[in-house]
Amino acid sequence: MLEFLSQPWPWWVAGPIIAIVMFLLLYFGNNFGLSANFRNMCSILGAGKSCEFFDFDWKRQTWNLVFVAGTVIGGFLAVQFLMPDTQIGISEVTKLELAELGMPNAGEEILPPEIFNFESLLTLKGIIIIVVGGFLVGFGTRYAGGCTSGHAISGLSDLQPASLLAVIGFFVGGLLMTWLIVPSLYTL
Amino acid sequence: MKYFKYLVLGTIFGIALTKAEVVSWYRIYEMFKFQSFHMYGVIGSAVVLGIIFTQIIKRIRMKSMSGDVIDIPPKRFSYPRYLIGGAIFGLGWAMTGACPGPMFILVGNGYLVVLVAIASGLLGTYVYGRIRHKLPH
Repeated sequence: MLEFLSQPWPWWVAGPIIAIVMFLLLYFGNNFGLSANFRNMCSILGAGKSCEFFDFDWKRQTWNLVFVAGTVIGGFLAVQFLMPDTQIGISEVTKLELAELGMPNAGEEILPPEIFNFESLLTLKGIIIIVVGGFLVGFGTRYAGGCTSGHAISGLSDLQPASLLAVIGFFVGGLLMTWLIVPSLYTL
Repeated sequence: MKYFKYLVLGTIFGIALTKAEVVSWYRIYEMFKFQSFHMYGVIGSAVVLGIIFTQIIKRIRMKSMSGDVIDIPPKRFSYPRYLIGGAIFGLGWAMTGACPGPMFILVGNGYLVVLVAIASGLLGTYVYGRIRHKLPH
């Protein structure tokens, strides 16, 4: 059992777990959607005073904030106790390609060490990727009314045309970024 | 105590997404480059099982824990909101390699710098809230 837990989990383990989490949240009387917490946190920070979009009773979303706290704990437990190493099993093609983009050790850690550290916030590249990237995620998810969990999982599971359109939008943006912008951005 | 079950569910979600490497920037890059089936398998199998769960909930009019029939409200369809908003999110997703769920999980993984991306995401959401009346929906 412990050996299985320590191996990287295949897609056919993670996918069904995500679906079960979604089902249980519905059973508990709520909806699976992580990006709503950005709005909740804005409201907690007092954004409701300057903007009616954040003027709602965020306490009714406490369950979602507790869920997020759980994900942080889960992330901690997984890395501390269930991962003998942090090798990411990406394909050889991907590794070769990323080496050309200046990431010779692609896949040896969860995130590219070249970018995701506090020092890189002093570089243009780091600021764009972390700060601008984060902004686009926060702005886009709320504009689209959901993120991967709300649209790609919950919405598609309910066969909602709006969610299919949103997922198409996710891919339009994602493909544009990965194919056209990331190569020059990451070699800045 | 009524919130404890959400803490447990969140913990399971955080472990699963870390262990299946969904939180990894490299996996997102690989997905958008169509160089592996992994991410499509994760999302695809979640959706297939999700459709089955959702259909069962609707067909048998399943009751939630509190005894009310589970209601899944339909989303009002329109083009600009989902296409433009979705594409903006997609740009950010591929740039940072993380959507909102993984951002929080990554903090648990020990990447504290992702807190800066989260703070920036909060600002993005706030700006959306301020200018949303001017945007096509």
